[in-house]
Amino acid sequence: MEQLSRDFLARADQALAEPERAANREALGVLMPELRRAAIGALGGRKAFEKLREELRVVREHSLANLAHYLDEFMEQARKNGSEVHFAASAQELNERVIELCRRAEARRVAKGKSMITEETGLNAALEAEGFAVCETDLGEYIIQKAGETPSHIVGPALHKPESEIRDLFLAEHDLGERELAGAPEMVAEAREVLREQFLAADVGIIGSNALIAEQGLSMLVTNEGNGDLCANLPRTLIICTSIDRVLPRAVDAMTMLRLLVRSTTGQAVSCYTSFYGGPRRDGDLDGPLEVHFVLLDNGRSDILDSDYREMLQCVRCGACLNHCPVYMSAGGHAYGWVYPGPMGSVLTPLLTSLEEAAPLPDACTACGRCEEVCPGAIPLPDLLRDLRSEKFAAGITPQRWRFGMRVHAWLCERPRLYQLFASLAVGLLHRFGRRRGVISRWPMAGGWLTARELPVPAAGRTFMAMQRSARASRGSREANQ
Amino acid sequence: MDEAELPPNTPDPGMRVALFVTCLANSFRPSVAEASLRLLEQAGCEVDIPELQSCCGQPGYNSGDRSGAASTARAVIRVFEPYPYVVLPSGSCAGMLRIHYPKLFDGVWRERAERLAGRVYELTQFLDEVLGWRPRSTTRPEVFAYHDSCAGLRELGIHTQPRQLLAQAGHTVRDIEGSEVCCGFGGTFCARMPAISARMSDDKLGAVERSDAQTLLAGDLGCLLSLAGRARRRELPLRFRHVAEVLAGDLETPAIGEAAD
Repeated sequence: MEQLSRDFLARADQALAEPERAANREALGVLMPELRRAAIGALGGRKAFEKLREELRVVREHSLANLAHYLDEFMEQARKNGSEVHFAASAQELNERVIELCRRAEARRVAKGKSMITEETGLNAALEAEGFAVCETDLGEYIIQKAGETPSHIVGPALHKPESEIRDLFLAEHDLGERELAGAPEMVAEAREVLREQFLAADVGIIGSNALIAEQGLSMLVTNEGNGDLCANLPRTLIICTSIDRVLPRAVDAMTMLRLLVRSTTGQAVSCYTSFYGGPRRDGDLDGPLEVHFVLLDNGRSDILDSDYREMLQCVRCGACLNHCPVYMSAGGHAYGWVYPGPMGSVLTPLLTSLEEAAPLPDACTACGRCEEVCPGAIPLPDLLRDLRSEKFAAGITPQRWRFGMRVHAWLCERPRLYQLFASLAVGLLHRFGRRRGVISRWPMAGGWLTARELPVPAAGRTFMAMQRSARASRGSREANQ
Repeated sequence: MDEAELPPNTPDPGMRVALFVTCLANSFRPSVAEASLRLLEQAGCEVDIPELQSCCGQPGYNSGDRSGAASTARAVIRVFEPYPYVVLPSGSCAGMLRIHYPKLFDGVWRERAERLAGRVYELTQFLDEVLGWRPRSTTRPEVFAYHDSCAGLRELGIHTQPRQLLAQAGHTVRDIEGSEVCCGFGGTFCARMPAISARMSDDKLGAVERSDAQTLLAGDLGCLLSLAGRARRRELPLRFRHVAEVLAGDLETPAIGEAAD
């Protein structure tokens, strides 16, 4: 997928200027945390959540520390089940492998379940360029595919679109006759009709995976629409595209993850469908694919594993950090310019693409810590973002004037007397210029602050430390005079 | 006897406390430092204000200047480590010393940072939890909205302490919608990404407007200056004060961003 993260600010401005979408985001920013809070409350509250996420953290850490071992085990078990396992080092390799598999299956039509990995590799465009007809079957993905847009959220790709936009889209794209699609239920029913034909006509189904279970060679998929299961079971060939870091040792570990994943994602205790795919149809099975392939993507994840950002691989892709991030809710998912938005995206994007391309993202954070608080993977997202900022600073990607300003500031902080002298001078000036109004609207080098707000001026003409010094001096002279 | 009439607790006399004024209070709002000093003294502390103080280093730390933050931290540690307690009228600065300083170092400096970290407190937390102090009843009870700064709330667990102290003084505190959501300040964030920051501030200001309070209190001047600046730009009739000022009974100093009469 094209990398547009450099334009974060311009794209955020655009998003802020779209009133209906902004209102939609704001409503989500209230609703999603409420749903999660209720679900975590039902689980036993914060303590129970902390305990469970610590269990999950231990499991994930162990899996990642022994990744090669568990991938080997997964591969062996999956092959025993009759599946084929392929590895793809890069996005291009994944696309090429999937194209090859589709050719082998003599496919013309491909039905897809939601998969962020294939968004990352830009699989749809690659398949279409080779002449395959690709249809997304997750409702959100279907909507943005029809609209020619990209996902704005890792769980709800079309969450940015208000109902009215979706109605207009269906009115334009579907053959509706006299029907007007009064509300959301009618739109869902319409999509279901259209998608049913796609499932039945598809030669290949492509889906993602929430976890690979090494012990049994299984893939776990969590959905609410059941479209993933239709993609998996109706076409002749099933291709499961996921990344190497999804592997867990045992089914019980996947259960630990499941208990947190769904609650963190939608606030449900459990999703409508949780499926385990064990391989192609066996003798006596009534249905199921004839061939099952796993394509496991690396695309930079081994490098993350060996870096100081390893904890990022504990991400379960629940989207809770997006739902709780006020920057994401203000700027919207598209501002982030690539596949993964919000706090997890601001860490992943520089790591999976490059820090230069993703330069603004680590700054798109107030370090409020709400993401870390709700993260079921216990990822210290604000710390990781701060580390990325340090890398930017060291590599000279941070603008020169910021670096200079920070260096001067640090230099002064180490010299408190000089610092206080400068503070006194600045305070005197600001106070003199602004005391009549209490605020100032213009000041050299304060442009960033003054863009959206006034600067309250120092309430007194002197700093507190200067007042203290005077008080001490006059006490001293009084004592001397006595 | 009515609870409000109980005499304020006086802890063991002579508890030695260093006041880290913080750079924003020092420059923009000396009344916050004065109020903090007064409150600590009322609570029976022997307060020292070390002369060699500047800033805690958050701007550099959060902007990626790790070595600058580390050198600032070393300067702060040197000055404040002799004291049994270090108190700051700011959740984010207290969090910087308590949570983040140790992350900046290895070895001996890490030990020194950790030793200091255990003795650092935000003002209301110190008054309430460590001293068990209760404020005197106010003669001018008011209704306030309260803003929890993120660092105070999530790094230090400050939520009930300021509310309790204000209630004990006889004030009424209103919680606002979305009280756990950031106000958009975020240090240099508000200057780097002003449009997004303004949007976040507007959400916060909207929540304050929907409460029946006209004055917003908080324990962090960064949030207060940025919200007051935004409110003034939009000409909203809201007032902003630091919780320390109100607890110390200072309602004479013009509110943040207001002109002196």
